[in-house]
Amino acid sequence: MQSSSHAFKDNAHRALNDPVLQQALGIMKTGFLDKRLQAIGNLPEFEALRDAARDIKNHTLANLDWYLERYESKVKEAGGQVHWARTPAEARAIVLGLCKRLGARNVTKGKTMIAEEIGLNDYLAENGIVAVETDLGEYIIQIRNEAPSHIIAPAIHLTKEAVADSFRATHTEMDPARSLVEPRALVDEARQVLRDKFFAADVGVTGANFLIAETGSSVIVTNEGNGDLTQLLPRAHIVLASLEKVVPTLEDAATILRVLARSATGQDMSAYTTFSTGPRRPGDLDGPSEYHVVLLDNGRSALLGTEFHEILRCIRCGACMNHCPVYAAVGGHAYGWVYPGPMGAVLTPSLIGIENARDLPNASTFCGRCESVCPMRIPLPKLMRHYREQDYERKLAPRAMRWGIGLWAFVAKRPPLYHFLAAVAAQVLGLLGRKHGSFYNLPLASAWTATRELPAPQGRTFQELWYKRSRATKSGADR
Amino acid sequence: MSDAREQILGGVRRSLKRGALEGEHAAALEDRLRRHAPNLVPGRAFGIAPRQLVDLFETQASEVLATVARVRSLDAVPDAVAEYLAGRNLPPEMTMAPDPLLDRAPWGKRPLLKIRRGAADGKEPAGVSAAFAAIAETGTLMLTSGKDSPATLNFLPDTHIVVLPASRMVGPMEAAWARLRHAFAPPDEDIGGSSMPRTINFITGPSRTGDIEQKIEMGAHGPRRLHIIVVEDETLR
Repeated sequence: MQSSSHAFKDNAHRALNDPVLQQALGIMKTGFLDKRLQAIGNLPEFEALRDAARDIKNHTLANLDWYLERYESKVKEAGGQVHWARTPAEARAIVLGLCKRLGARNVTKGKTMIAEEIGLNDYLAENGIVAVETDLGEYIIQIRNEAPSHIIAPAIHLTKEAVADSFRATHTEMDPARSLVEPRALVDEARQVLRDKFFAADVGVTGANFLIAETGSSVIVTNEGNGDLTQLLPRAHIVLASLEKVVPTLEDAATILRVLARSATGQDMSAYTTFSTGPRRPGDLDGPSEYHVVLLDNGRSALLGTEFHEILRCIRCGACMNHCPVYAAVGGHAYGWVYPGPMGAVLTPSLIGIENARDLPNASTFCGRCESVCPMRIPLPKLMRHYREQDYERKLAPRAMRWGIGLWAFVAKRPPLYHFLAAVAAQVLGLLGRKHGSFYNLPLASAWTATRELPAPQGRTFQELWYKRSRATKSGADR
Repeated sequence: MSDAREQILGGVRRSLKRGALEGEHAAALEDRLRRHAPNLVPGRAFGIAPRQLVDLFETQASEVLATVARVRSLDAVPDAVAEYLAGRNLPPEMTMAPDPLLDRAPWGKRPLLKIRRGAADGKEPAGVSAAFAAIAETGTLMLTSGKDSPATLNFLPDTHIVVLPASRMVGPMEAAWARLRHAFAPPDEDIGGSSMPRTINFITGPSRTGDIEQKIEMGAHGPRRLHIIVVEDETLR
């Protein structure tokens, strides 16, 4: 997928002025958050399970090569194949090669972020193969020619009216007088349209929430059942997964599943959790005849052992973006690439380079909610801070900003100087702002004053007041 | 693409600052897989009596908008199916898994039920399957694909009816894995690769979506209704 992460500021401005987006984001603030709280409230062991889930992934990442080899041998034993891809281009070529060999014209797709990462749909289309998204949210954005704006709710930026307009424009064979006012009608229409696509597909492509080293299984977690129809009905099932999806055993998957759905949608379990191992067996009445796994690296192996190692624990639940005030204000598209929100602010620069996404780790208030809800205990603010450091050290930030940060660091490291300058600034600003009580325009602070006033200081700094007060109390106590 | 494979694995080892794992370290990982020990298991469904497990399952499954009926024996299953369909004004037509458990129910008692056996074709209004196990902790059914149990039945029909002997009820998912290992692993080996059923479906309520304005609608692509018939067999008596 093409990135516009370098244009975060412009994207964010547009997003803030988009009334439909703002209406849709307003709905998000209630749904996911309340449900998650309720679900974890019903599970006293939730915090301990987060520790267990983190430990499983840490163990797996420390032994990733060994588990990947074991996983591959078990896939082969079950009659499937594993294809290794270093880059998005290699992954696309592998999928196209498989489709061509199978003479496939129609492909159905379950939800897969890796397909977004490698830009699969456009590539298949260029090569004469029609790929249809079957997750309702993904289908909606596909017919609108948009990218997903959330990793588990890709159409969360849209209102039902916008969806109804798109359905009318696309499903032209249907009665133009039909009512599409209620979400129910929209869901039914998509169900009807996509049923035919499931049966017509030659190849089904899904992602994977987990790969199980012990058994060679891939796991998908869905609510709609589209991922299952995608993989059961066609002749071949292709799984797109990145390296770090592997876990050792079925029991390990059980543990992480307990934190996944609760963190994502506030469900104890999603409606469908499916373990798939190889192609259909002799005597089976349904299922694909071929089973392929495309294992994508795309820079992940190079993250191991670095300060960004911990982002590889991410299980793509979306809790960090659901709880992020920045995401809630600008939505997912502003982030400009596949992965939005706090996890995207770390993963995007990791995969496409900080020089192409330097605004993302800066677009955070460091309030820490993402870290506090992350089921895998990824210290997201810390990882974003590492990218801010790179941003500064590699001179990617604009000169004025680097100069400002340098000056700040110089002063902040010298407390007497800091206190002196702060006292001077407070007095000067206090005097200047005495008349109105606040500033509407200040040199060097126009980004602040353009949208809100800056209250004028009272003339004394906190440090001064504190010092004075503690002296007064002391002398009071002496008396 | 064996180049890619070697390069990726080599890259992983370089990043982890070591070579390929062997000797004791590799043996420890082998041992971890062989033991496949459960991690922390929540107390919710742990160490409770069979009847309470069924009660917990019913509560949890109802929570996710499945319906649950209980019958005394397999003899009562055809009546339960017919009554469920009639009660919802659904046609008495279905595709049923060719499962030996379902063969043992006296379907002849309900001659008006139109029953086809095999995989689903998408035209049947209802599908009937037997569960391999069920997880009380979350109200989840576990179905394994095979010559007796086509997985398409779990997704294509509008109504999915699942017959579940109470003896197949377990507490947590870890206990379901133990049952699977016991049933499918070759003698003196553990499960994996070809001994795993092709598809294992964990089903927790009917199909749903929240993709439009986060409003939950049932029956997105899979069944709109999930009805579970618990057969209270000998374990509960």
